[in-house]
Amino acid sequence: MICLENNDEMITIFVMGKKHRVPGSLTIMKAMEYTGHQFRRGAGCRGGFCGACATLYRKKGSYKLEGALACQKIVEDGMYIAQIPFSPSEKKTYNLNELKPDAPTILEYYPEVSRCLACNTCTKACPQDIMVMDYVQASLRGDIEQAAKLSFDCLSCGLCAVRCPAEIVPYNVGQLARRLYSKYVVGPTQHVLDRVKEVEEGKYDEEVKELMNMPLDKLKVKYNTRDKVEE
Amino acid sequence: MTRLAYYPGCTLKTNARNFEESTMATAEALGVELVEPGRWNCCGTVHALAKDDVMHHLAPIRNLIRVEELNAEGSVDSKKVVTLCAMCYNTLKRSNQVFNQDSDKRKKIRDIMTKEDTQYSGGVEVIHYLEALKEQGWDKVAAQVKKPLKGLKVAPYYGCLLLRPRGIGIDDADSPTIMEDLLKALGAEVVSFAYSQKCCGSYHTVHMREVVADLSHKILKQAEVAGADMLVTACPLCEYNLGQRQTQVKQQYPSFNSIPVVYFTQLMALAFGLGEEATAFEANRPEPTPLLKEKGLLE
Repeated sequence: MICLENNDEMITIFVMGKKHRVPGSLTIMKAMEYTGHQFRRGAGCRGGFCGACATLYRKKGSYKLEGALACQKIVEDGMYIAQIPFSPSEKKTYNLNELKPDAPTILEYYPEVSRCLACNTCTKACPQDIMVMDYVQASLRGDIEQAAKLSFDCLSCGLCAVRCPAEIVPYNVGQLARRLYSKYVVGPTQHVLDRVKEVEEGKYDEEVKELMNMPLDKLKVKYNTRDKVEE
Repeated sequence: MTRLAYYPGCTLKTNARNFEESTMATAEALGVELVEPGRWNCCGTVHALAKDDVMHHLAPIRNLIRVEELNAEGSVDSKKVVTLCAMCYNTLKRSNQVFNQDSDKRKKIRDIMTKEDTQYSGGVEVIHYLEALKEQGWDKVAAQVKKPLKGLKVAPYYGCLLLRPRGIGIDDADSPTIMEDLLKALGAEVVSFAYSQKCCGSYHTVHMREVVADLSHKILKQAEVAGADMLVTACPLCEYNLGQRQTQVKQQYPSFNSIPVVYFTQLMALAFGLGEEATAFEANRPEPTPLLKEKGLLE
């Protein structure tokens, strides 16, 4: 349900070229729902974390093609909007246990990385303000640590890949770099090993069983009153 | 200690680590601190020759911006940037020239880089490490020599990118002397040979190995005929084609005698007596150590 603030000013937006009047305080996602669109793909967490709602738009009178997450960006008057519910990308499969954390590994799976022109279009397209070009470049020279750290906030929304003139899929490269970094540079951490052992020894079996058998109404109450870890 | 900006380039962090390690050690010995920017990208590899190919100037210009940033924050003493790889040197220097001499391209480059934090002023000077050494003076280099390379016959191999085109190259395009001067300062015996500026085949090594093996054979054979024990180079791609490709050369020319190829900085580190970590010979193929032991330069 969409709650409108009092006296919310109505503005004009264009969804896939069709004109609509919507309240000006809505996000692109809510505005599209306001106009009657239903999201079957291209919507997930609605909180800016999952990267499912990549959207391209142009502002009135601007030559610039811009990108955003539909659940985060507030609509503007005269905005032209096209949702990118899915960005087709070639995602390689590999066995992490057989790889080395170096440049040849990156180039074996994603050779198009070597076509990077450092034009920085990916960085400008990123709704997370990640230095995408810098992490692509770091991976090209085998600096796995920098590639992993710079790409850490990536949601895999795909806007960088849609915009890259060298047809690189930066988010897949970043993901490979982060996997290599955690497997080979950081290595396993003791607290994770301890917890996995606890799980395997059945420490939480009782608790999980209890949750599985809980009636839905009680489960809802438990969920809504759960302990949250403060950021 | 003089602090100079240093642009490594991707190969110096991967296949040519021995070039970087030997350079760092020799620079330190000479009282030069080479400062690598926190951010940098590929140089652009190969200067864009097509007139309308402005896009390929972005990568080199971006790196020059990083140098200006280093200078602005006071981490280096000048707006000079030292390069090692001959390809990086050539690409950065030529794009810098385009930016400063062609106002149309300068405007286009700036337009593409719109809405970015920093714009390039054009004020960076791109130099090669060999030029930085020359500027210090060969006597200063000679003063650091602990173990002169006596009896070692070395052929300097320039290749293309250090010398051409005119106005970009670090020395006279037809009769360069800069590597000869360095080798003399190190106490080595300089062997001049006809093919010291002949192309090694460059990127043909990726898909036309036999062409590269053929060219490498000609160059190496000439050096051998001229009496050289080994070759020195300043280019990771030349090192690869002349050195690592010798297995292929041997297949095509069974009577070929292998001959070591090293970076000039490795011989500096050897002559300066900086130790194994600095000379970093273990990555070179064919291995130069047996020859150097034979000459009494390594234990």
